[in-house]
Amino acid sequence: MKISLFIPCFVDQMTPQVGVAVAQVLERLGHACEFRSGQTCCGQPSFNAGYWDEAREVAIRAIGVFDGAEAVVGPSGSCVAMMRVFYPELLKDTPHETAALDLAARTFEFGEFLVKKLGVTDVGARFPHRVTYHDGCHGLRELRVKDEPRQLLRAVRDLELVECDEAESCCGFGGLFSVKFPMISTAMAEVKGGSLARTQCDYIVSSDPTCQLQLDGWLQRNWRSPTGTIPRTIHLAEVLAGAPL
Amino acid sequence: MIAQDAQSPQWAKKKFLHDAKVHVQDTGHRTFVQKALGGYFLSRDAQKARYRDWEQARDAASLAKWSAVNRLDELLPLFVANFEANGGQVHWARDAEEARRIILDLVREAKAKAIIKSKCMTSEEIHLNAALEKDGYGVIESDLGEFIQQLRGEPPYHFVFPCMHVRREEISELFGKFLGTPPTNSPEELTMIARRHMRQLYVDADVGITGANFLVAETGQISITENEGNARLTAALPRVHISLSGIEKVVEHLDDLAVLLPMLATAGAGQQMTCYNTLYSGPRRDGECDGPDEMHLVLLDNSRTAILADPEQRDSLHCIRCGACLNVCPIFKNVGGFTYGTTYQGPIGSVITPHLRGLSDWNHLSAASSLCGACSDVCPVRIDIHHHLLHNRRNAARTVPNRWEKFGHQIFVIVASRPWLFAAGGAIFRHTLGMLKRLPVPLLRDWLATRALPAAPRKSFRQQWRQAGKDSL
Repeated sequence: MKISLFIPCFVDQMTPQVGVAVAQVLERLGHACEFRSGQTCCGQPSFNAGYWDEAREVAIRAIGVFDGAEAVVGPSGSCVAMMRVFYPELLKDTPHETAALDLAARTFEFGEFLVKKLGVTDVGARFPHRVTYHDGCHGLRELRVKDEPRQLLRAVRDLELVECDEAESCCGFGGLFSVKFPMISTAMAEVKGGSLARTQCDYIVSSDPTCQLQLDGWLQRNWRSPTGTIPRTIHLAEVLAGAPL
Repeated sequence: MIAQDAQSPQWAKKKFLHDAKVHVQDTGHRTFVQKALGGYFLSRDAQKARYRDWEQARDAASLAKWSAVNRLDELLPLFVANFEANGGQVHWARDAEEARRIILDLVREAKAKAIIKSKCMTSEEIHLNAALEKDGYGVIESDLGEFIQQLRGEPPYHFVFPCMHVRREEISELFGKFLGTPPTNSPEELTMIARRHMRQLYVDADVGITGANFLVAETGQISITENEGNARLTAALPRVHISLSGIEKVVEHLDDLAVLLPMLATAGAGQQMTCYNTLYSGPRRDGECDGPDEMHLVLLDNSRTAILADPEQRDSLHCIRCGACLNVCPIFKNVGGFTYGTTYQGPIGSVITPHLRGLSDWNHLSAASSLCGACSDVCPVRIDIHHHLLHNRRNAARTVPNRWEKFGHQIFVIVASRPWLFAAGGAIFRHTLGMLKRLPVPLLRDWLATRALPAAPRKSFRQQWRQAGKDSL
């Protein structure tokens, strides 16, 4: 299957290693990847802020970029939810509605794509660490992806998966919310970050690089652990890719 | 509360930001609220497990409300006809002011000397107690939580658990101060104190004011569900019973309660059923030994018809006020109930308050959400709560846009529409991020105040991909 990589703007500019890992895992499984360089951002910042006219322009453009792609796969539950769930709403009753629905049917979140579309749970990775998984809210509640990343992690050699008691709580990122209401956002990071770190894991695995930004940002600055180690976040694709590039 | 409505347009937002800042730093408060909800989560899950299929029950509950809300024009007259046939009297109130006037007139006509009241959030919505007190009438709240809040001089903190933020020792102290009782740490003893205090007040009251959980159209009955039995005494002992209800509380069939009452109990309080479920079918009839001489129902619109006129958010009228969305909301749990400054706190309050009190003054509540969606997941009547927060944001951007914000998003579109500009802008951002971190750049500064920011990579993904010779398009 020819897979078109959907590399969210944040991944492109701030965590390119996540995009690289996605391509590595997919190619290792025998699938060709393409990156359509016309892509930029999915438009979620404007959409979430209420500026739908602006978001619509960006969305229509993105639909054009991925025209004809067999499968569009992105390493972010949030950005994939934007395309799959919110583009059809944003473009409802416009001439682009059909194209939006068509793209929605071809767009997948990375972990979900492996398990549900490719039917793979064991990608042959080894990761000798204790990890916990952070559910990003968009992946969890808009896409209903919960078990797939855990299935993938359980199949990784030498990996120990533990759950935290706030597994389904939000990390408090929420895009512009994190800077418009920094005090509430930070309090939420305290609750979620603390719960994740108390599992005494080495890594917090996530499918959303912006949740990682929030959790890492809070933990590195604020977490005081009795053992002196602060868990780091890592993207699911990086774990499955094994050794980093 | 009434005076606050008249204050400057930004007053509500400023208050929210100020109070939120104070509250999120109070980690003791957060831990206390979290602990108070711990028992709720356990019993809620245990009760949910007793349903053959909770999700199907949600469908059924949602359908019952949907079919009623979409046929209010038919079901309200049916309810009224049946309620009046039962001997009740109906009063229609367009808004809060009209509702207050109707109730004050009824109280005056009854020559009331004492009024007792059971839990009724709609009365909080219209600021009824303040209006009654202004006219010289004393009102006693008979619900224990509401009674505690009344003694504290505070509105309800949570529309189902009004005093969930209050510690037992504080209640004991409060009772000591107002009722002269000795200190105790036993919940049973505290309840008994309130009960002893309250009993005579029911007998003395001329007027009893209650809310309504459901209005059953086919029978003309008012359904009230409660745990303390105080609503029954409030409705049955005084000479005049006045019930105040929003028009959206109507359901078509008595059978609808078979799903709605247990779901309200489970979602709202983690119970299989609440302890007392009563159907009020009019005033005392000949030959009956108890019940009021008169039963009045005030049916309140207060902008509910405006929500009804909006097909997109009409389902917010499904709300049965269970409070489940508050209990799972990370915003509510961090900022606390008072920070909202609204009658209805939490996610559902953030959705409906802009409709009740104006979008320009109350849109900040819709913005103050990470859109995590935990609320919509637990809503027993499937209100699309967190998506409605998005809808409010969109409506605000259309009708009362922030000029600077709109300008920012227009710039964003220009950049996002041009991959070369996006790549160039990204490169500049990455290469200057180290420097920007040391400058007071808005937004970035707000991030850095509490959180670290990683160093930017030297090369973007698109650069790496191109250099690897993989660029295919």
